[in-house]
Amino acid sequence: MNVPAYNFAYLNEQTKRMIRRAILKAIAVPGYQAPFASREMPMPYGWGTGGVQVTASVLTPEDTLKVIDQGADDTTNAVSIRKFFVRTAGVATTGKTEEASVIQTRHRIPETPLTEDQILVFQVPIPEPLRFLEPRETETRTMHALEEYGVMHVKLYEDIAQYGEIATTYAYPARVAERYVFDPSPIPKFDNPKLDDCPALQLFGAGREKRIYAVPPYTSVRSLDFEDHPFEVQRWDQPCALCGTRESFLDEIVMDDRGTRMFVCSDTDFCARNRGER
Amino acid sequence: MSPLLAAETLGKFYGARVGCRDVSFDLWPGEVLAIVGESGSGKTTLLRCLSGHIPASSGKVRYRTRDGRMVALDEMSEAERRMLMRTDWGFVHQDARDGLRMGVSAGANVGERMMAVGERHYGRIRAAAVDWLRRVEISEDRIDDSPWSYSGGMRQRLQIARNLVTSPRLVFMDEPTGGLDVSVQARLLDLIRGLVRRLDLAAVVVTHDLAVARLLSSRMMVMQQGQVIEQGLTDQILEDPQAPYTQLLVSSVLQV
Repeated sequence: MNVPAYNFAYLNEQTKRMIRRAILKAIAVPGYQAPFASREMPMPYGWGTGGVQVTASVLTPEDTLKVIDQGADDTTNAVSIRKFFVRTAGVATTGKTEEASVIQTRHRIPETPLTEDQILVFQVPIPEPLRFLEPRETETRTMHALEEYGVMHVKLYEDIAQYGEIATTYAYPARVAERYVFDPSPIPKFDNPKLDDCPALQLFGAGREKRIYAVPPYTSVRSLDFEDHPFEVQRWDQPCALCGTRESFLDEIVMDDRGTRMFVCSDTDFCARNRGER
Repeated sequence: MSPLLAAETLGKFYGARVGCRDVSFDLWPGEVLAIVGESGSGKTTLLRCLSGHIPASSGKVRYRTRDGRMVALDEMSEAERRMLMRTDWGFVHQDARDGLRMGVSAGANVGERMMAVGERHYGRIRAAAVDWLRRVEISEDRIDDSPWSYSGGMRQRLQIARNLVTSPRLVFMDEPTGGLDVSVQARLLDLIRGLVRRLDLAAVVVTHDLAVARLLSSRMMVMQQGQVIEQGLTDQILEDPQAPYTQLLVSSVLQV
């Protein structure tokens, strides 16, 4: 049991080189979905195999890793992935956003502003923002190449026609560096403004779909909208019930079977810090 | 004046099989050309070559762009060709499901081309959609309904509105009235005829129905086994057919 059965961070060095090449290509062409030879990982697709491969390829022994799932550090997916890297890479882990050098995330961007020394890795289920409107891969590639993004607005039009406002609340399409339209993974649109001009490197890995894309530091990310229906983020009527902030994304928690509800920060680390509990 | 569209010895071969061959004609602005012939005579193949959906095996198709140049389709870049298809051209499919985006509402279907050429104002897109639905006689309260809830005739009219919203100069129609019952056909033909005249559209209409050709077109071409066997003014051909096959075709129409 003491003999390490794996290479550092599970993947062999050749595989990491291949993934790093895809990452470099993705950084060179912001928002472009670079294909890569995604490997089978010891966890099912949908559990973050793309993000895990990207994290494994950028991780060094000196790194401090934070893993979050829906904003929390202690949910199943986050705990499993953190344990995976503790066992295979032996890196230090943390729950504190500002202490982490690599953060793998599912569904959220931390509320604490990121810095130039950090890498944020997203787990992506469906990297192609055009997929629901155009099922053919050959056609979506041509559309990206020719910047034919009119159909993205068809979806937003449809939202306004049916609901009176743009009802898309997560995986909200945005344009990177005024070129590629991309899917920022299932983060709430509340987090879209954080993608813009962010000092940290943001990497997106889709394991099943075999794509990696990136938003390099300080790159413009503009959410799509209409002139007369501008992009807006969610707002809540009440502050977080635990820490009292009005700045963060709130989760609704059902307290009993008589309809009592409580709204609390989805970012558990941010909430704990506001309460002075760390 | 120069033609809007010119076909020069156009041919399409599938190995030894002939789709169509040696087709040459000029289409003038505002003119409606009907291509008639029986099933398998190469009408649709020809239409698909003309509209750039499939590459021709031989010959050229040239189109006069809005800046007055005659450009061969196969010499355009893909981006230019696709832009042309979205703005200056329209394509009305026989089955409306091929031409519509069935997953989104009627309004989004009409607005799609506007958004594709960069319109980003919801109010203006909405207003144009309402206007076009009215012009094709679809009531305004159906604007947010899915095309699935539309009848065949309505879908066909929606398809026409969706194509005309960017004010194209040339529309290709593949059996626009196929599969509709006669009274719906008559209304649709009436509508198309009115729109074509009012908007000064040029159109190439493929049909096996001589009545459609008679009502819509000023000129027609008769095809058989991939070749054009007779062409001229519609009235002239229908009143005084010269080729044996055309005579057969004209005499096969039931007189009620």
